[in-house]
This record gives sequence, C-alpha cells and structure tokens, in this order.
Amino acid sequence: MSHETPIARPPSRGQLLADAAFRRLSQLSAALVLAVVAFIVLRIAFAAAPAVREHGLDFLTGRVWDPNKGRYAILPEIWGTLYTSALALVLGTAFGGAVAIFLSEGFLAQATYRVLRASGLALRPGWSKLPDLLEVTLKNLVSLLAAIPSVVYGLWGLFVVIPLVRPACNWLHLKMGWLPLFGTDLSGPGVLPAVIVLAIMILPTITAISTDALLAVPSKLRMAAYGLGATRWETVLGVIVPTASRGIFGGVVLAFGRALGETMALAMLVGNANQISVSLFSPANTLAALLANAFPEAGPRQVGVLMYAALVLLGITLAVNVIGSILLQRASAAVEGAR
Amino acid sequence: MRNSHPGHNGNGSANGGAATRAADVVIDCNIRELYYGEFMAVRDTVIPVKRNTITAFIGPSGCGKSTVLRCLNRMNDLVRGFRFEGQVLFRGKDIYARSIDPVAVRRYIGMVFQQPNPFATSIFNNVAFGLRLNRYKGSVAERVEKALRGAVLWDEVKDKLDASGLSLSGGQQQRLCIARAIATEPEVLLMDEPCSALDPIATRKIEELMLELKTRYTIAIVTHNLQQAMRVADQTGFLYVDTKQGGRTGYLVEFGPSKELFEAPREQHTKEYISGEFS
Amino acid sequence: MDAITSVPGSAPQGPFAGVDLDGLERSLRRPRTLMGVLLSGLVSAMTLLALVPLFSVLFMLAWRGGKKLSLSLFTQLPPAPLEAGGGFGNAIVGTLFMVGIATVISVPVGILSATHLAQAGRESRLAAAVRFAGKVLTGFPSILAGVFAYGAVVLVTGTFSPVAGGVALSILMLPTVMLTAEDAIRAVPARMKEAAIGMGATPTQTTWMVLLPTALPGILTGVMLAVARAAGETAPLIFTALFSNYWILSHGRLNLMQPTASLAVLIYNFAGMPFENQVELAWAAALVLVLLVLAANLAGQGLSRRQITS
Repeated sequence: MSHETPIARPPSRGQLLADAAFRRLSQLSAALVLAVVAFIVLRIAFAAAPAVREHGLDFLTGRVWDPNKGRYAILPEIWGTLYTSALALVLGTAFGGAVAIFLSEGFLAQATYRVLRASGLALRPGWSKLPDLLEVTLKNLVSLLAAIPSVVYGLWGLFVVIPLVRPACNWLHLKMGWLPLFGTDLSGPGVLPAVIVLAIMILPTITAISTDALLAVPSKLRMAAYGLGATRWETVLGVIVPTASRGIFGGVVLAFGRALGETMALAMLVGNANQISVSLFSPANTLAALLANAFPEAGPRQVGVLMYAALVLLGITLAVNVIGSILLQRASAAVEGAR
Repeated sequence: MRNSHPGHNGNGSANGGAATRAADVVIDCNIRELYYGEFMAVRDTVIPVKRNTITAFIGPSGCGKSTVLRCLNRMNDLVRGFRFEGQVLFRGKDIYARSIDPVAVRRYIGMVFQQPNPFATSIFNNVAFGLRLNRYKGSVAERVEKALRGAVLWDEVKDKLDASGLSLSGGQQQRLCIARAIATEPEVLLMDEPCSALDPIATRKIEELMLELKTRYTIAIVTHNLQQAMRVADQTGFLYVDTKQGGRTGYLVEFGPSKELFEAPREQHTKEYISGEFS
Repeated sequence: MDAITSVPGSAPQGPFAGVDLDGLERSLRRPRTLMGVLLSGLVSAMTLLALVPLFSVLFMLAWRGGKKLSLSLFTQLPPAPLEAGGGFGNAIVGTLFMVGIATVISVPVGILSATHLAQAGRESRLAAAVRFAGKVLTGFPSILAGVFAYGAVVLVTGTFSPVAGGVALSILMLPTVMLTAEDAIRAVPARMKEAAIGMGATPTQTTWMVLLPTALPGILTGVMLAVARAAGETAPLIFTALFSNYWILSHGRLNLMQPTASLAVLIYNFAGMPFENQVELAWAAALVLVLLVLAANLAGQGLSRRQITS
C-alpha cells in the first residue's frame, strides 16, 4: 500500500458546519411555508376585525350592498357562490366521471384496436402503437382543459357561450317560466353561462383524480367480477366505481373547493348583481367576483368590509379543501389495504 | 480517528509474533448483541479481518451476514432502532465509540453493494465522486484513470468517459462501482454479494478482480455462493440462525482459513451447509 | 364470448341437458347487453362533448386572435378607447417580469423545503404539517392571494407595484414547486443515496452532489408547471399590480413601485369594453397568453420524461 498522503480524510470542519447549517436552513424553510399559511390567514383576519366588530353577523344575513349608504351585506354573494358551485359540481361530476370511466376502461384504445383489426392493420409495425397513442393524446387533451387560464375562459364564455345559450334559455323562460328555475330571461351574463364555464374548468380536476382512483382498484377485483359472469358495465358500476368511490368523492370535494374560489370566469360571466334568485338565467354575484370587482376602487373603509368578505371566502374554501385532502389521504390508505 | 495515519503503527518488526499478528488484523469485529428495535438480529460474532486478504461471510439467508458486514462501516446506523453492543476495532480504535463520526469512518472503508448503483452522471464523475468529496488537491484525471485500471474497466470506457454511468452493462456498472470505491484508496473494501445481480461471465471477471485487488486492499465479502467463497476467500466465517429464543438470531458458528473450513469443517451445522443439505 | 350455435329442437341428455345454449349467444335483445352498449355510447358521447369546449376555445383563439396577430402587438402600447391599432408589449413584459419575481421568491423556498421534507422521517410532525399545508395551499383561491398581497405589500408600501403582484403569484406557485420537488427527490433511487452515504458523504453533501442533480428534471417540471399557472392568473394582479398603459422601463429608468400591466389583466379589462378594437386586442392577447402557458406546460412535461427513477 502506498505511503503517500492518504486521499481519504474525515469531513473538514467546513463540511460539517455546512452540513449542520444547510439542514437547519431547509428545516426553517419548511417551517416558513407553514408560517406563511398561518400568516395569510391571520393577516386577513386582522384586517377584517374592525369590519367584523362593526357589522357583526348581520353582514352574513343581510342582502343589501350599498356603499353610498354604508350598508354592506353578503348573503346574495354567499348564495351565489354556493349555488353556482353546486350546479357546476353536478355538471362537472357527471361529465368528469364519464370521461374518467372512458379513460380508465380504455374505450378509445379498444375501439381503435377493433378498427385496426377489422382493416387488417393491427399487426403492422407503425399501426400497432396507435391505440395507446390515442389514449395518451386523449389524456393530454383533457389536462389541456386545465391549462387554459381562467380569464380566457371568461372571454370565451362572453363571446361564445352566452350568444349560444341565450336563444334556448329565453325560449325556456317563455314556455316554462312558471318554473322558478326558468323564472327570468337571460339578458346577458347570468348563472347558467357561469355554471357551464365553471363546470368545464373543474372537470379536469375531477377527471384526473377519479381516473387515478379507478385505476388504483386492484385488477383482481375486476377478474373476480368477470369470473362470476358480470358484464363490463356491471363490473364498472357494481365493483370498480364503489371501490374507488372514496377517492372519487375526495376529488369531487376538492373540485368543489376550486369552484368556490374561482374568480375571473365568474366575474366576467355571472352578472355581478347583488340579488338572490333561483332562476338559472338571472344574474348573480359570488364572493370572489365581488372582491375582484370592488377591491380596485375601494376606499379604506370599504377595504375593511371587503376583508371581512375575504375572510368568509377563506373560511369556506379552507374548510372544503381540508376535508377534501383528508378524504383523499384516507382513500389512498384504504386502497393500499385492499391490495 | 482524525489524527491517525495509515500504515504507521510504530511497532516495526521488532516485536515479531504478537505485534505482527495484531498489525495483521485491520478490523477486529466483536459483536456481542445487535438489535433492530426489539429484535436481536446477531449475537456473539467475533471476526478478525486480516490485511491484504479476502474474508468471506457465508451462511443461509437471514443469518445476518449482510448485517455483520454493514457493522464494519456503520451503515447499520441508518436503520431505525439499531442498537449495538460490542466493539469494532479499526486500526485499534473502536469505531462505535461515542466520539467517532460515522461519516469519517465511511471515508476510510469503502463499500460495494449487491445492486450496482452508479450515480446518474458520467463515468468520470462517478469515479471522481470520492476524490471531490475528500477535496483531493492533486490530478483528478490521473486518479480516475488509475482507479478504472485497477477495476479492469479502463480499456472498455477510456473513449467514453463522458457517457452516463447508467449506460453500461450490469457487470461494467459493478466494476465502475468498484473503481469508484477504490479511487480514494480506502484501507478496506466491503462487498455485499457483489455478483448476485450479475451473469456468470461478469461474475468471473469480478472474482478475478478481487484476487488482484487484495494485494493492495483488504477485502471482506458476503456471498451466498459457496463456490465463490472457495475460489476467492482466504478466511471464511460461517453464520447460522439460532431460533431457540423464538426469533431468528444470527451467530458465528465457525471461522478459519477457507481450505480448512471447506475441507474439514469442525461444526455440524457447517458440515450440513457445505454439503448442501440446506441453503 | 364466442357464440356457440345451439341445436334447436332436440333435448340432448348429458352434461348440457337443461342448459339453454341459446342463452350463450350475444344479442342486443338481452337487457344486460343493451344496457352495456347504451352506457358505452353515453360515456363516449359525454367524453366527446367534454372536449368540444377545448376545441372551441382553441378555434376562437386562433381565429379571432390570429386575425390581429402582428409584430406591432409586441412593440406598441395599449390604445385608448376609440383609438385604432395599438398593442400590448408592456403587458407581455409585465407578465414576464412579475412571473420572474414570483419564481425568484417561490423556487428557492420551495426546493429548500422539499429537501427537508424528503429527508424527514415518518415521525416528523413538522414535515407532515408542512406537506398538508402545501396540499391545502394548492387549492387556495387566487383572489385571496391578491387580497393578502394587498394587505401585506400594497398597503405597506403605499402603492400598487409589480412586487406586490409577484408576491401574490409566488404564493400560488410555492405549493406546486415544493410538492413536485419533494416527489422528484424521493424518486431518486434509494441505492444511489446509499452509495453516497457509503462513501462517507454528509447528508448535505448527499443532497447537493447526488439527490438534487438527479432530481433536477422533475424539479424543473414542477417549476415550469407553476410558471404556467402563474402566467395565466388574473385575480391576484387586479388590485396588487393593477394595470398601466406604459412601459415599465421608460427613459432608461426602471420604476418598480408603480402599477404594471399584465396580459391577464389586459384581457380582463378589454373583454368588457364596448370598443371593437379593444375586444380584438383582448383575443390577440389571449392567444399570446395561451401560447405562453402551453409552451411552459410542454417544457415541463418534456422535462419530466428525463427524470431518472429506479
């Protein structure tokens, strides 16, 4: 063995100091993230405190928003937020779930394969990859829906959706106006266009989480069902979806949280009218849209009130998001057990 | 540990006998009891690892041979609940003493793992890793070439030192890992079933490499391949599992020169294992 | 299931006696089969329908936005009402600038936190809490990020500014960067980490010399995705950076503490205006914005494919 100076040496003091320092730094950084979340909540709460003291709970139950008279209340906005989000959730879950089943069952790949086989191309080198390629493309297209900025959806909603649905809505109002759902006519922005666009925006979330949940179901359950003579759809609806239901539900709750906090598309499409109505065609307002519209020109007094509204929105979305996250965590733990 | 120099024992050859024997033993491993949490994994295992020899640990699966090997460079510290009673003397110092930094220990004792694990960087950077870690001030390129030659990999990769280490075959990756380990010229090289993930031809190459490396390094290897131990090891230790206490605790059954152990084993368990009655 | 033609009429003795072999045939007259076909059709139709908005949006962007596309859009300032022409060069610069500020704030904090999360043991309550906070922050309404930045920066500095906008955007970027980086670091094969430790690297050396370089593609993916999101956000900017009709850099001086334009806010403002020119510009700006966002997304996805996992 050579007797020259050894290459190996213990860690130098610099290296040890750097190690301790970096570990402490990264720990502080992680704690910082926690602190930021807490700070955000506290900052908004603090800024809202004066308005809370002044207006109390009447703020949440009153209906009048009149800056000139100094009367503020956000019940119409709370109603609008919950109403639009709930409707969008129903629509978004229906379509999002359908797309999730379509993706997880591989219908497109199957159909493509059948076509290829019928036309004799199935085994040729270039063509055999086509079914999987189409599936991946489909998945990417759905996630593309999520990539489009909210304000672009608002723009599209204004110039495409509203003109598109207006004739049909007014016809419905004419013929079935006695139904409170169709009680008013659609003059422009309103609940329905906003709900349609909102549903499109939350669909990718529901689809992504639901597809993962459906794919996570162990294939042995599927085999068991087929072995008992179940059809494909009996298996999907009777076994796979129920097993994945906790994950799907978690995804739905998270999507609900997104819908509640969605701002721009709604600010542009919902009509910004401070009223409560069940009609799908009437304009309404949401908490987020109210903040978007009122904040830029708010004087100091108004800012306090708006902070109160922001606090309410924060409370609702935080609660929904926390519940959704917990549900998803429990769901994935449960599926692990089924493996 | 921080002040000791390699190679200088201060004894010279004047003392003869005992001192030479003592100087011969690079690592004196004395495990009384080793626990993972509540579970006693190994007990009563004393193995002296002699300089410039290959010492093999053999035994059935689950007997703790990898655990014992990992004691020698304190890799077991990474397992939660690890508790060690005994001592491991490296050049006369107990590496499990409170004042010893395990990171420093691992600088002097290299390890090659069962699965080849080169880093996701170039072949050159892989071998240079240890040099950079130890702030080597000399010519890194020279040392890299020396290590690659030492691992009998230089001719195969000298034209593609920038290629990713992961692009090599399994056997080549393992030789790369060996080159990486010997680049800093550690005193001891620990090898944990280094050939079990490789094909027979690659295995043969690595065994030849081991025989060559032992002239410069001290090697301890774990293997489940009896023929391999017979081929390369100077000393062999056979470990077996004691199930009397209800758990599976490994312990050293027999240790000695390989020839003796394989041709004339003293213990009954050893005889049975070598004759293939269980594996 | 292949159809087995049954032998009509005869009643054979033997193993299949009593079994109605007609029943093995696949037929639409059977309710279960019919149901299956209808449901498949329904689900396929709904999927197609769900994609229609995507194609509609892309089409409108290409058509109405493309009509107006020209180089002058990038060099000119927004026009006044009833004015013709104009562009949104300052808005593009503003968006890039504010996203840049947000990146500078969120990426170091996100990656540093991720290194801690990745190496924290299972018992670390801090790590669990931070991870949970990150997940909750992912769904944080963007308008509230703006509200917070308004209170924390605008009110404190006394003016609207791109810094306030950047701070608001960084809150939205942080969870994505942090959680993706943690996943990327965890995805580094454990054996590489073991190799580094076996060579006597300190935990920090292992992180910097092995984990971060190997996880880099995955980390960058997270950054690109976060950038894509931040570039498209409007609500956080409406009352933090407001809007401006001027360049941020004028007469060679960079004035940071003033309202700043951004693509997203421009689209919002111009969409509702009753002037044709403004609306056309809004569409063009939307096209540019979507292209920017798509480019960032694709870059991110391309990077994720180079991530090395075991």
